[in-house]
Amino acid sequence: MTPLYTSTDHFTIIPALMLVLFGCGILLFDFLVFPDPRQRKWLLLFVVLAEGFAGYGLVRQQTYLAVNGITAITGFQGSVTIDGFGIFYNWIFVAAAVIVAIVSYKYLEIAGEHHGEYYGLILFAQAGMYFLATGTDLITLFVGLELMALCFYIMVGFLRSDKRSNEAAIKYLLLGAFSSGFLVYGFSLMYGIAGSTKLSAVSAAIAARPAWDPVVFLALTTTSVGLLFKISAVPFHMWAPDAYEGAPTTVTAYLSVASKAASIAFLLRIFLGPLAAARDVWEPFLAVIAVATLTLGNLAAINQTNIKRLLAYSSISHAGYMLLGLVAGNQTGINGIAVYVMVYTFMNLGAFLVVVALRRAHIIGEDLDDFSGLMQKSPGYAILMLIFLLSLAGIPPTAGFLGKYYIFLSLIQTGHYVLAVIATLYVAVAIYYYFKIVRSMFIRESTEPAPLATSFGLHVALAVSGVLTLAIGIYPEPFLRLAQTSLLR
Amino acid sequence: MSAVPISWYLTLSAVIFALGVAGFLFRHNIITVFMSIELMLNAVNLSFVTFSYQLKQVNGHLFTFFVMVVAAAEAAVGLAIILTVFKNRSTLNIDDIDSMKN
Repeated sequence: MTPLYTSTDHFTIIPALMLVLFGCGILLFDFLVFPDPRQRKWLLLFVVLAEGFAGYGLVRQQTYLAVNGITAITGFQGSVTIDGFGIFYNWIFVAAAVIVAIVSYKYLEIAGEHHGEYYGLILFAQAGMYFLATGTDLITLFVGLELMALCFYIMVGFLRSDKRSNEAAIKYLLLGAFSSGFLVYGFSLMYGIAGSTKLSAVSAAIAARPAWDPVVFLALTTTSVGLLFKISAVPFHMWAPDAYEGAPTTVTAYLSVASKAASIAFLLRIFLGPLAAARDVWEPFLAVIAVATLTLGNLAAINQTNIKRLLAYSSISHAGYMLLGLVAGNQTGINGIAVYVMVYTFMNLGAFLVVVALRRAHIIGEDLDDFSGLMQKSPGYAILMLIFLLSLAGIPPTAGFLGKYYIFLSLIQTGHYVLAVIATLYVAVAIYYYFKIVRSMFIRESTEPAPLATSFGLHVALAVSGVLTLAIGIYPEPFLRLAQTSLLR
Repeated sequence: MSAVPISWYLTLSAVIFALGVAGFLFRHNIITVFMSIELMLNAVNLSFVTFSYQLKQVNGHLFTFFVMVVAAAEAAVGLAIILTVFKNRSTLNIDDIDSMKN
């Protein structure tokens, strides 16, 4: 009889435990100790402590792997696997959660909805992401996904009296639950094929079947619908622009970065694990979807006047680039996805942070016009925004270039020349719409004299994102080494 | 007397799932759409239980409990969101909820 809960099991889930414990602590303290809304920013301490403990847990796991010279620790009879892949993606979630938490208090105070549970939800969502990146059992992955998604449904609708926020929440909820239905139907078929919910058993069972087995094909398509929805790939992207536009900007930042990184990690676990044997079947489909995602994301972004909507379409197109890395599928491609996700985290967070600063007491600050004359008014913000936009477009020496470089390299190495050419052409389109914002900031006259809503947390967060966006681009070696550790073995 | 073959259960599960998808796509009331999603999840449960019975295993039964828990949590969050939408707009028709457009 195997023991229920061993110290190894405990070791594999410490970071998630810390996040959940501190999240519960936030709910209690908010209720009992901080009745006055102005005190609620002290709850940030809990978030920082939780991330500190979670980070410490990750460091311990990392050193354990390095000292013992092993590639993975498994806990709970193989339900949770701690490997370089999981640890790498978890560092991204930690960075994103801290940055989003420290910029949120000012924004939520201005919006008049500063409640303690917001910080709890950030941590609970991150616990879900932890299991998306480390789970190797269908049940673990499903529960992790739903934990993350449920927290995001609430956070997207956090501005209760704002009609757009309600609308974003209901659309995200309905489409999200719909896609989870498809995903879990696929999981049930995988379970039927393998007779086990462990990913390793499912991999072996699918590999033992012929390539075009109808049941495998059905499992593949339904699971892919769920996965592609989560990373907002065309044709399952409809929720993204609405959810991004209606949600509070801080939540949009978290959603676009952490949720996408977690979903990519989940996607890689499934496509490089159980579905790897059916590669010949899904590779052409995925190539078509990646090109469609690039096309729609980039072309629809051109006509947007709402910045959050524009960045939503741009984030759809970034999902397309990440998918191209999976289509190439060699080591450069998978490593390229890790680099891309890391780079995307900081540049996209940075761009949304500037939009956060534009939200002032009576100004929504989400229109392209709200950026006009930013260079005269707050040159620091304008220059940072320029760096983030250059990086999003993929222009050297910023980090975004590095991300695209490895994706293109992997496409050329594997002989996907047409895809490489298409992907490169869309960079030109992307430059066009990103520079609409730049033109607005640098050339047009300021229409709105009100100063930006800054805060200490925002300054720290912008400095970190800005420095990392430049540092990864100019001196990439340590960051590339970090991304190398994420390869699945 | 012969037992009902396993494939019948799986077919039923697929039909219920398809009905849920159809309800999601063609209905206009948010509550009905939400019910369609629950129908899809119940179809999944049926499929899990069938496989679990066929394989003489408990894993599939376990998965159904998690699916049920998730469905319940989703209903709690979903109905709360639906309630705020109704408070702010006084409508539950999906076609009327379109204030954000390109």
